[in-house]
Amino acid sequence: MSGAAGLAATDVVAGYGGAPVLDGVSVSAAPATITTVLGANGAGKTTLLRAIGGALRPRSGRIMLDDLDLTRRPPEDVARAGVAHVPEGQGVITELTVEENLRLGALLQPRPRRAAALADAYQRFAVLADRRRRLAGTLSGGERQILVIARALMSAPRVLLLDEPSLGLAPRIVTQVMELIRQLRDEAGLTVLLVEQNARSALSIADQGVVLNLGRVVAKADAAELAADEALRRHYLGF
Amino acid sequence: MQEFVEFTLGGISSGMIYAAIGLSLVLIWRGTRVLNYAQGGMAMFTAYVALTVINHTGNYWLGFVVALAAGLVLGAFLERTVIRPAASKPPLNLVIVTVGLLIFIEGLAGIIYGGSFRSFPPAFSINGLSIGSFDLGITRNDIFTAAAVLAAALLLAAMFRLTPVGLRMRATAFSPAISRLLGVRVGRMLTLGWALAGLIGALAGMLVTPQTFLYPNSMDQIFVLGFTAAVIGGLDSPVGSVIGGLLLGVVLSYASGYLGSQLVQIFGLAALVLVLMVRPSGLFSTAAARRV
Repeated sequence: MSGAAGLAATDVVAGYGGAPVLDGVSVSAAPATITTVLGANGAGKTTLLRAIGGALRPRSGRIMLDDLDLTRRPPEDVARAGVAHVPEGQGVITELTVEENLRLGALLQPRPRRAAALADAYQRFAVLADRRRRLAGTLSGGERQILVIARALMSAPRVLLLDEPSLGLAPRIVTQVMELIRQLRDEAGLTVLLVEQNARSALSIADQGVVLNLGRVVAKADAAELAADEALRRHYLGF
Repeated sequence: MQEFVEFTLGGISSGMIYAAIGLSLVLIWRGTRVLNYAQGGMAMFTAYVALTVINHTGNYWLGFVVALAAGLVLGAFLERTVIRPAASKPPLNLVIVTVGLLIFIEGLAGIIYGGSFRSFPPAFSINGLSIGSFDLGITRNDIFTAAAVLAAALLLAAMFRLTPVGLRMRATAFSPAISRLLGVRVGRMLTLGWALAGLIGALAGMLVTPQTFLYPNSMDQIFVLGFTAAVIGGLDSPVGSVIGGLLLGVVLSYASGYLGSQLVQIFGLAALVLVLMVRPSGLFSTAAARRV
C-alpha cells in the first residue's frame, strides 16, 4: 500500500445509544496533508476517529478512502485498507515486547517487507531499538506513545488516525511527536487526521483544522486562519 | 527406592495427561476467557471416533490421526456455532453453555455408542519396563504418552513464539480490541484457539483412555485433574499448565502409592481447593492477568 490517499467522512451520525455524540459531521483530509480535529472534551473528536476507524459503527453517513467505501466496515478491514488508527492512551499491548508490538504492526505487509519495516522503525526511533526486548508495559508514557505511532507505521499505511498523541506527555516530547507527524506527511506522503486537545501544537503543524462542538462542526478552515481567529480560540480552543 | 522411582515415573506419565487437558483449557481461556467444561466430553467423543476407525481398519495410527483431526474440527465447529453467539452475553452464560455442551456430548455418545465400557488399545506395549532386575514401573506406552504431550507442548510454544499466526493469537489473547485495529482477524484467532484445544484434548483422550476404558463419562475424572493442573499453572500460562500437570501427577502418584489408590480423586480435589485458597492466581501467572 503506497501513494497518498484522501479521506472523507460525510454527514456522520454516531453514538453509544441515546442521543448521538456526532450529529451529522463532515470532515475530509486531502492526500498528504495534516487535518486536525479540535474541540473541548465531549465535543465528539474521539468518537469521530472511532467511527472512521470502524471501532464504532456510525448510524448514518459515509466514510470513503479515495474511491473505497469504508462505511460500517469492521476495524480489521479498515486497517487492511490502509487506515491506521492510533487510539488514545494505552494503545500498546503491554504483555508483548517492544519488538513483538512492532512485528504485529508489520503483519499487514507482505512477508518480504517486514524485516525492512522493522529496521526502518529502529533507525527512525532509536529509543525503541534500545528497548526492543523489553515488555512494552515497562516503557514510560512518552516511549509508549512513540511505540504506538511506530507500530502504526509498520503497516505502511496511507492514512493515519491519531487520537491525542500528546496526552500526558512532557512539552519537550510533545514537540518531538508533532515534528515526527510533520515529517511523515512531508517524507512519506501520509494523510493524517489528528485529534488534539492541545490546539496550539496541533495547529502549528496542520494544514487544515476542523473545530467540533457538541457533535457538530462549528468551524473549518486553513490551520493558520483558525489560529488567527481570536474569538474562536477563546470560545472553543482555550488558548 | 524402587517404589519411589516407580511412583515418580508413573506420576510423570499420568501428569503429562493432566498437562495436556490443562493445556487445552489454557488455549481456550487465553483467547475467549471461557472455562470449557466440555473439553473432557469432546476428547471422549473423539476417542469413540478413533475406536470406530481402529475397529474398521485395524490401524491404530490411522485412528490416532483421525481423532486429532476430529478434535481440531470439533473445536472449530463448536466455537463458531455455539460459543460465538453467546460470547457477547454475560460471562456466566458461556459457563452454562459449556456445561450444557458437556451434557449434550455425553448424552449423544450414549445414544450413538451405548453406555457400556469398551477397552481401548494403547499405542505401544503396556508391559512394565525394567533395567536388569530393577523394575521401573512404567511402560513403553507411558514413555510415548509423556513424549507426545511434551512434543505437542513444545510445538505449541514454538508456534506462539516464532510464527506470525502465533503472534496474532497472543495479541488477541492480551488485547482483542487493539489487535483488531492492527488488522488481526480476531474471530479467526479464537476459532483457531478452540481448534487447537480440541486437538490437544483429543490427544489426551487417546493417551488416557487405554487406562480408563471408554464410556460416555470416561473423561470426567481426568478433566477435573487437568483443570487442577491448569489452575496450578495460572490458567493462562501454557508452560504453567505443563508444570502444574507434572506436579499434580507426581503428588497424586505418591499419594496413591504410599497411602492408597482410592485417595487419588480426593487428593486431586484437595489440591485444587488448596491452590485456589492459597494462590488463586496460580503459580505461574501474574495476578493482574486473571480477570474473573
